[in-house]
Amino acid sequence: MKMKKLAAAAVATLMVGAPAMAELVFPSLSYRTGPFAAGGIPYADGYADYFTLLNERDGGIGGVKVSVPECETAYNTEKGVECYESTKGMGALLYNPLSTGITYQLIPKATADDIPLYTPGYGRTSAANGNVFSHVFNFPANYWNGASAAVNYVLSLNNGSLEGKKITLLHFNGAYGKEPIPTLTKLAEKHGFEFNAIPVDYPGQEQKSQWLQIRREKPDYVLFWGWGVMNQVAIQEAANIRFPMENFIGVWWSGAEHDVTPAGAAANGYKAVAFHGVGSDYPVFDDIQKYVVDSGKAAGNGTNVGTVIYNRGVYAAMLVAEAARKAQEIHGTADITSSMMRDGLEQLEITDARMKELGMEGFGPAFSVSCENHGGPGTAAISQWDASAGKWSLITEFAPSDMDVIQPLIDADSAAYAAENNIAPQCK
Amino acid sequence: MFYREAGDFKTSYREDNQTFPIRLDRAGYWIALIVAFLVIPFFVNDYWVNAVFAPFFIYAIAALGLNILTGYAGQVSLGTGGFMAVGAYSVYKLMVAFPDVSIVFHVLIAGGITAVVGVAFGLPSMRIKGFYLAVATLAAQFFLVWLFNKVAWFYNYSASGQINAPERTVLGVIVTGPNTEAWAKYLISLVFLVAAAWFARNLTRGMTGRKWMGIRDMDIAAEIIGVNPLMAKMSAFAVSSFLVGVSGALFFAVYLGAAEAGESFGITKSFLILFMVIIGGLGSIFGSFAGAAFMVLMPVLLKNVLVGVLGWPTALAAELEFIIVGALIVIFLILEPHGLAQLWRLTKEKLRLWPFPH
Repeated sequence: MKMKKLAAAAVATLMVGAPAMAELVFPSLSYRTGPFAAGGIPYADGYADYFTLLNERDGGIGGVKVSVPECETAYNTEKGVECYESTKGMGALLYNPLSTGITYQLIPKATADDIPLYTPGYGRTSAANGNVFSHVFNFPANYWNGASAAVNYVLSLNNGSLEGKKITLLHFNGAYGKEPIPTLTKLAEKHGFEFNAIPVDYPGQEQKSQWLQIRREKPDYVLFWGWGVMNQVAIQEAANIRFPMENFIGVWWSGAEHDVTPAGAAANGYKAVAFHGVGSDYPVFDDIQKYVVDSGKAAGNGTNVGTVIYNRGVYAAMLVAEAARKAQEIHGTADITSSMMRDGLEQLEITDARMKELGMEGFGPAFSVSCENHGGPGTAAISQWDASAGKWSLITEFAPSDMDVIQPLIDADSAAYAAENNIAPQCK
Repeated sequence: MFYREAGDFKTSYREDNQTFPIRLDRAGYWIALIVAFLVIPFFVNDYWVNAVFAPFFIYAIAALGLNILTGYAGQVSLGTGGFMAVGAYSVYKLMVAFPDVSIVFHVLIAGGITAVVGVAFGLPSMRIKGFYLAVATLAAQFFLVWLFNKVAWFYNYSASGQINAPERTVLGVIVTGPNTEAWAKYLISLVFLVAAAWFARNLTRGMTGRKWMGIRDMDIAAEIIGVNPLMAKMSAFAVSSFLVGVSGALFFAVYLGAAEAGESFGITKSFLILFMVIIGGLGSIFGSFAGAAFMVLMPVLLKNVLVGVLGWPTALAAELEFIIVGALIVIFLILEPHGLAQLWRLTKEKLRLWPFPH
């Protein structure tokens, strides 16, 4: 009984303590603990730091301060539910849970609560069809774009033909890792390569048997959908069986500094798909250093600035901030609601000129979102790790992916969801 | 002084054998039920249901199920997560295949399917005991999760292997899907919990329960006095799996709304429920409630105190949660190896004598 009273008191304080003044609230369902913390920490830091930068440098978005309450999920869906419920009362405008499992959980809930979800490069791929998924946005690229980009890159290495080649997908055995399988199966039919998928169970610290299988089957290329501690283990195991690193291509969640450094020089040449720029050679990072890190307001200890996943957090926050600005512009009020935020996301337009103004010229593609297309352009490039220089660099241009294969899959999957849940198309 | 049986006369065996023989207990029980059914539903909000009540009630059903098998019949099981998955995937297939049937029936049928699966995996218990049986049920855990990951039919061939609960109703009230009202979610879980507890309590104090306890305490002696070990063990597996299956079905359909086999029903879930049973008290209905409350509510409470009240960084609070909950478990088990239920029994004993202990 005493416990319940304490809990009641705690929750009551939480609710009273929630700010009532005009603020733009973007809860960050982060994970700084658990097996995926290696990726969760820099992302959460980047996401929070960009908003801090806006508060410090520009006084918020359109004159309204931004607040980013954090809630720890440990990549666990049950905690994710608790976090969603506990932050939604604060006037949350948008969720970015950085977990495909939690995204699946939140898609129906957030839609019913009229709160948009922004899942850049993760989540439910078919949410790119805005006609069905009114409140979910996954621009500028999704898993199927990533899978197609990797295959296109491999095609370019083999003079446009993959007949008789073997491609293996090593993936996390969960929603996240299974997402690319339909696309790769289709692409295998189209290009005539042999495709098979090898799952790695959560959390992926043990991959001996998977790599034994790879050693036995000798695939020409291994594609990799891993996250957190799983990445380091896979790259180390690949090095152990002397799998050629340049034929080992990860998705954008498997290509950060902390993934490759544990394997040392052996990781040299490892590749990963990227949907935004790498490095800290952009003016925005100087501003972050100046206004956020140097003044001691950084979410982390400041050492992550410019790393791949941190950059992604910054990029996601930037697109969210731009969408909020757009929402303020459409509705003519600085103090927007989550429903207005959704409209802002749907009419978001990112131009190269705007990217330059933001100090991120060339960091990501120029694109515009529409009612039907919540998925953006789906362009991606390939980055490669240079172990001696200790940095990632892009080795190809940002190129479009094979939408002839992807679009029918998106349509079919979203149509199935619409039928299961009786959703009428929202676009006129 | 107030809590005593003096003056509380029983005039029949029936009265003497009731679950709450002491008047104050009885009053407390009825008040708790009235508050739970007639007061809380009017005040409950989304946060309280989704973070506190729904998980507590649903885990309590699972703990009741495992307590019957492990606490009453003495068969150690590490397959609870896998059996919950059977319940969840059965209810999903039923919900999609028969959308017009009330979800209550789907949940009960899902429990029935789990009971059949549970009995099948319980068969080795005729030959092996103790740790060896634990390993056999562990195999069930891994096999079932692998099965639901591997065979696409179970998740209707969705791209990611996730299952999503569509909107279903009970008597016209939506109880699954995103548009569920907080009170509906609360009440459906509560109804199943009360029914499960009533069912478990009445089974365990009757002949079936005595047979289970006989098998637990000394199987050979039990067999000599006429307990059929096959029937006793299989009925324990069936009843236990039924309750675990119901809990898994509610866990997916009512509480989470979406699930995947590996993440939601992995080995950690089996351990979590086993810990609930051990910390709550083996062989006790109250213990199942206490254990579930401790394991579900403690982390939420700590999070709210550390992050919400004290304003600590979330990562630090999350790590501390592990330390504090872990330390509390160790302390409890050292101070009271028979769990929270025994602690509660001792408190009641002391209360009966208070304030004149001699």
